[in-house]
Amino acid sequence: MTNISEIKDQIKDTSARQVVEKAIKMAKDKSEYNAILNLTEERALIRADKVDSGLIGGKLAGVPFVAKDNFLAFGAPTTAASKMLENFDAPLQATSVEKLEAEGAICIGKANLDAFAHGGSTENSAFGPTKNAVDMEKVAGGSSGGSAVATALDIVPFALGTDTGGSIRQPASFNGVVGIKPTYGTVSRYGVVAMASSTDTIGVLANNIADVELVMEIMSGQDVRDMTTLPDFFKVQDKPKSNQKIGIISDFMTDGVDIEIRDKVNEYVDKLRADGHTVEEVSLSMIEYALAIYYIIVPAEISSNLARFDGIRYGHRANSVKTLAELYGKTRDQGFMTENKRRIMIGSYVLSSGFFDAYYLKAQKARTLLINEFNELFKTYDALIGPVAPTTAFKIGENITDPVKMYLNDIMTVPASLVGLPAISVPAGYNKSGMPIGLQIIGPMRSDASLLSLAKSEETKQWINQ
Amino acid sequence: MTQITRDDVLHLAQLSSLQLDEAEIDGLQMDISNILGYVEQLSKLDTDGVEPTYQVTGLKNIWRDDKVIDYGVSREELLHRAPESVDNQVKVPKVL
Repeated sequence: MTNISEIKDQIKDTSARQVVEKAIKMAKDKSEYNAILNLTEERALIRADKVDSGLIGGKLAGVPFVAKDNFLAFGAPTTAASKMLENFDAPLQATSVEKLEAEGAICIGKANLDAFAHGGSTENSAFGPTKNAVDMEKVAGGSSGGSAVATALDIVPFALGTDTGGSIRQPASFNGVVGIKPTYGTVSRYGVVAMASSTDTIGVLANNIADVELVMEIMSGQDVRDMTTLPDFFKVQDKPKSNQKIGIISDFMTDGVDIEIRDKVNEYVDKLRADGHTVEEVSLSMIEYALAIYYIIVPAEISSNLARFDGIRYGHRANSVKTLAELYGKTRDQGFMTENKRRIMIGSYVLSSGFFDAYYLKAQKARTLLINEFNELFKTYDALIGPVAPTTAFKIGENITDPVKMYLNDIMTVPASLVGLPAISVPAGYNKSGMPIGLQIIGPMRSDASLLSLAKSEETKQWINQ
Repeated sequence: MTQITRDDVLHLAQLSSLQLDEAEIDGLQMDISNILGYVEQLSKLDTDGVEPTYQVTGLKNIWRDDKVIDYGVSREELLHRAPESVDNQVKVPKVL
């Protein structure tokens, strides 16, 4: 699989234009995967020429990438995979995209997602599902499905994603690439379509850990335009701390999780032990409630954040309406997918007077208990390990008619989101039918670089070249 | 378990400014009932005396100077994105 340093060598040997043209050609050749919604070809080639003439430089000079289509970026519409924003031309760019461009990176296109990032399979896209990079009958995972598939297919060496409850980690695991959901507040969310403000994070998917580190180092940092960003802390670690104490989350290693996935997690644990780390079983009694907490808090925040899509200032507006109320109602009915509506309506329900205490307030209290349990474990353990999802990529259409079944796939990724913890998804091998298996490492707040360093020390050529 | 009626769905749709298509109502009624049925398991949990957490990193009251930041986006560029505009303003149907 292609990595950033190989791409930089190619640019040195040929030109940024040739490398970018190659990436764009590949994106077109692989269009049947539906990983990329719109290419930013014209702007990408102009920027590539500027790299070649020395006008643009930096750590990623000429390196192509794709951004999930909920990042505002120039050169193509920012659709959030919705009819609502189908023709929305961003007036400015996300801070993360600007920072990458300042280091010379070249955005070649906008990746498919579940509309407004609501989903775990990319089947909720208004423009059709993305196909899994390994098996086209299977889902890409989601919501950053297009980003994961574009990376796994080697169209680009890295892609930007967002993770609110697993939307980077799960598609990374379904397609065999690395993904990071950083500590809440690590990367500015300015210029990214908001979903659930208390758990939304920006991260990256790539073919190896070193590339994730490089991109994270560029993107992270405080931004006056996103008041939730933390003071700068992300700094790449050369070597992981030795003799780490790691907890394997036993609640995630039960019969509800495919045996082949558990086997791969156990194999990884053996490697960690062989490298001198101590691995012990741990359990969190609150984890069984995490999904219920998540599907109260997140829809509540969605109903609030998506109120801005009203057909007035930008985006889709319904035709032939007589009143303002009708304009709102029809615009939103036409602009949103069913899953968007479900979540908005659940949010309206749990926030209604009379239900607020029993649902929303209760969930926020339960969240405190979940946080306390993780904090308690991190007094003893440097990191926690477990699967990313209970299954490998499922068939397209298999879960789409049953939202609860679909939500259950998020059961192991939502805890870190609710607590704000960094979590990475790394390839751990393949099952018998050749589908990628991912493994998750979760750490305490701000331990992002340390988790990456640990995973890098366990990264083997076998996995990244297979 | 909470039973969500068809009227409840219509009420929630109204609260959410969604003028639903007839065909979508039945499905949403079932889905919302099932989802609420799932999250109701939280009622088993004892949260007496527990403080809620709304923000996980503890940042609060982050202030900045009350100065206009120039984002380099003009009034014209923004108006151009409105579905309808007239005389430098966004046009909407009458409210009443």
